[in-house]
Amino acid sequence: MNSISSRPAAVPPALLEALRAAVGAANVVTADEELFVYECDGLTLDKATPGAVVYVHSAMEVAAVVKACAAAHYPFVARGAGTGLSGGAIALHGMLVIELARMNRVLEVDYENRVACVEPGVINLNLTKACAQRGLHYAPDPSSQGSCTIGGNVAENSGGPHTLKYGVTVNHVLGLEVVLPNGETVTLGGPLGALGKLPGYDLVGLFVGSEGTFGIATKVWVKLTPVPETVKTLLAIFPSIEAASRGVSRIVAHGIVPAALELIDKTIIRAVEEWLHLGFPLDAGAVLLIELDGLRDGLDLIAGRVMECCRECGCLDVRAAKDEKERLLLWKARKQAFGAVGRISPSYYVQDGVIPRSKLPEVLAKIEASGRKHGLTTANVFHAGDGNLHPLILFDERKPEQIEEALACNEEVLCAVIEAGGMLSGEHGIGIEKLAFMPRVFSEDDMDAMRKVRAVFDPQTLSNPGKAVPARKCFEVRGHEPPALRPPMRKA
Amino acid sequence: MSHASAVQESPATAARTAAAIFPPEANELLRSCVHCGLCLGACPTYRENGNENDSPRGRLYLMKGLADGRLTATEAVTAHLDLCLDCRACETACPSGVRYGRILESTRAMLVERKKPSWSERALRALVFKQLFTRPEALAMAAGLTRFMQRSGLRDAARAAGLVGLLPKRLRDLEAMQPEIKEEPFRANAPAVFPALGGAPKKRVAFFSGCVMDLLMGEIHRATVKVLQAHGVEVLSVHGQQCCGALAFHAGEAETGRKLARRNLEIFRGLGVDAIVNNSAGCGAALKEYGEILHGDAEAAKFSALARDVSEVLAALEPVVALKPPDASKELKVCYDEPCHLLHAQKISAQPKTVMQRIPGVAWVALPDAEFCCGAAGIYNITQPEMSRAVLARKIDALKATGADVVLTGNPGCILQIRQGCKAAGLPCEVLHPMELFARAIG
Ligand SMILES: Cc1cc2nc3c(=O)[nH]c(=O)nc-3n(C[C@H](O)[C@H](O)[C@H](O)COP(=O)(O)OP(=O)(O)OC[C@H]3O[C@@H](n4cnc5c(N)ncnc54)[C@H](O)[C@@H]3O)c2cc1C
Ligand code: SF4
Ligand code: SF4
Repeated sequence: MNSISSRPAAVPPALLEALRAAVGAANVVTADEELFVYECDGLTLDKATPGAVVYVHSAMEVAAVVKACAAAHYPFVARGAGTGLSGGAIALHGMLVIELARMNRVLEVDYENRVACVEPGVINLNLTKACAQRGLHYAPDPSSQGSCTIGGNVAENSGGPHTLKYGVTVNHVLGLEVVLPNGETVTLGGPLGALGKLPGYDLVGLFVGSEGTFGIATKVWVKLTPVPETVKTLLAIFPSIEAASRGVSRIVAHGIVPAALELIDKTIIRAVEEWLHLGFPLDAGAVLLIELDGLRDGLDLIAGRVMECCRECGCLDVRAAKDEKERLLLWKARKQAFGAVGRISPSYYVQDGVIPRSKLPEVLAKIEASGRKHGLTTANVFHAGDGNLHPLILFDERKPEQIEEALACNEEVLCAVIEAGGMLSGEHGIGIEKLAFMPRVFSEDDMDAMRKVRAVFDPQTLSNPGKAVPARKCFEVRGHEPPALRPPMRKA
Repeated sequence: MSHASAVQESPATAARTAAAIFPPEANELLRSCVHCGLCLGACPTYRENGNENDSPRGRLYLMKGLADGRLTATEAVTAHLDLCLDCRACETACPSGVRYGRILESTRAMLVERKKPSWSERALRALVFKQLFTRPEALAMAAGLTRFMQRSGLRDAARAAGLVGLLPKRLRDLEAMQPEIKEEPFRANAPAVFPALGGAPKKRVAFFSGCVMDLLMGEIHRATVKVLQAHGVEVLSVHGQQCCGALAFHAGEAETGRKLARRNLEIFRGLGVDAIVNNSAGCGAALKEYGEILHGDAEAAKFSALARDVSEVLAALEPVVALKPPDASKELKVCYDEPCHLLHAQKISAQPKTVMQRIPGVAWVALPDAEFCCGAAGIYNITQPEMSRAVLARKIDALKATGADVVLTGNPGCILQIRQGCKAAGLPCEVLHPMELFARAIG
């Protein structure tokens, strides 16, 4: 385990007092044993204890808290559900955690214009539930959608299986109310964005994916999407992961755009099978989950073509889910696969690289070889249609030597991605966990441009410092030493 | 190092000692949690306060902290564990199969054992867990007293005189929860055998009628037996049975719980029945866990293998008598609230629906978030009144929106809790056990 920074002196008493005045004493947590659970998010390899946690209930409270931090030059980080996988919500330097989970109201659903306005702590799936009766849904569907928040989705520009056809978060956010790191509140874009591009700069597009470094979103206007008339889900079983990858390329090369195209390898099959007993053949090398949707007419024709593509690539069996119940079960297996890995391993480390689809077989082979070299099992369950890999490296966090091997394996995986002309992250963000790799894909000038944009929003570098873009040599947070970036190869 | 920082004030040795006595089984089970957070959205307490410490993942992390010697069991830590409803919704949500209920209960047992509770708490615990639930006659007396107070109008008089206001707050809440007792207890007046209707019995079952329910909610038991009979089942009433032990286990009183379990094994031994049937989700979950709790006891394993919720038995049969609408005057709007210990602990959801759909003259309406806890959770509504009320308020709001005439739920605690919530909100919705509504459909 890496404890990235030692805990600095506690939050200054004057700031604590201001925070208590802003949100009430009961909503400011400072006891060590209650801060303990906030030392990490969905990424458990890196840990840092916050200086305090405040629970906020309204945009006004957020603004008051941020103002107090700005006045005290004290850094803060927003937290939604803490399901992030790149350590985005980890409180480096004893930062203040601003917990938004209580801001969980769907403020308005405008069915006519298909726009919803929500608070940032609304759980992704709850938004879909709120408008499902009227045949609408919120399209970006990260696999963590039962827990992760819209605010977190905005910060990470999250995707999901269905973003292959429907696009990622940024394609669905119309407007944002943001508390800037100096405590000012501004509105970027707005519900009218549903009608077309708004004049002026696309600041919404800039904010989405900024990993909490541009300020805190306190209100989000999103587009709602009609539930398609027909959905057909196919399951194709392949003898090997290479064959399955070839199937992916063949389907896409045929000009077919499935709603989702997911690959699940044999290790994951074993984990989900133990849980859901779906009847996946345990000797299969990989399965593809292919979803087609749209108007009823013509869908069978497309399904037939997809099946043909699979057979041409040597699939052992391909069939459609027999009913809605089986379809939902297949998706449950896919979406909860990371968690199911707990059945075969105490910990996992998941990567998020994106590569050209044509390179899938080559990179997947390298991942497996790297795991073998380090004595660790690797597993894959990912958005194959997008070439967005999610290799999982399985290890036991109680064994320090395995942590070292996992980190070394991880580096080789990322190198393989970069060599294949790929990118570090598709949807989980850079956070702290891929920070050290940024200079390998961006020049110092590129990163300088990013730092300058950031400085426009956050000149004092108070909002989630030490994330997303590596700091220059002289680190901006006053009084705190620069974060010890995880060295590419960590030796104890 | 942040590792040590969480236990700053308490010497590392204290944490190490705590770690040394952490139950090894729970310690092992804890490791299946991969910290993915997929359980967060399902947790009623987290939904209420958004505090990671009050989420399943957070509580597991606290327990991991205790097990690893990184945390000591301070008051704050135990408070977060105590605020857990033990509803086990997180188990249903968890893809990794984390056995949250087992982990929590053995951690609680460890904490209870280690802690030196205050004299008054010790006395109260002894009274409730060691005296009341283990001694049927004591429970009967308490119930009899309750009944007498109700019948004699004493309770109303006491309320009117403001005496209730003088009781300690917890007792006052308990008082408000007291069921309206309409009927006599069940076992005391029951014959040994209730014959099956419609010819030769299709099944022969022993009825687990429990403790509190037997005494205070005899009506539900009689309805249950009637419905079983109407499905061609012969039912044995078994004398000498005890509380199932669920409340004791949840409270960390493991020894008391085991004692109760052993006595029930004795009483139900060798009856030669097809099943041991119960109609209370909480008891049913405990009965099914006897085999595991009394690990290595062959009788316990046999008992648990026979334990069934009444809906499981009924779903596999058909009624042998004609059914009529329970309300002749109108079509009843009815919804179903899933008891946590049926849905999450026993994974039973389809069977009660299958059975209830046989009732004619009913329009079913969906209750949103039916899978969320109502806040009853054993004695939780007494030990954690504020959170319990908050959780209940959501249930009542959802119920109000359905416009249902009747809400059904198969657990006595939930029935009392929701009934009280409806009453407080002025909601004219009848709260019944599914068997009660079904019994009304039998001519
Ligand atoms: C099992 C599992 C499956 C996952 N599957 C997917 C997937 O399919 N696709 C995908 O894209 N991701 C996935 N993720 C990653 C994660 O769920 C997403 O990144 C999600 O958007 C994080 O949301 P959160 O509410 O948990 O945010 P947190 O983890 O709490 O925070 C993430 C970042 O957002 C910032 N932030 C939070 N709220 C705000 C706000 N209101 N304003 C500004 N910044 C904010 C935080 O500071 C932090 O930097 C998965 C994670 C897990 C554990
Ligand atoms: S309990 Fe299960 S769902 Fe919750 S964090 Fe742990 S592994 Fe994930
Ligand atoms: S048992 Fe219920 S209240 Fe307790 S952590 Fe699990 S979901 Fe939350």
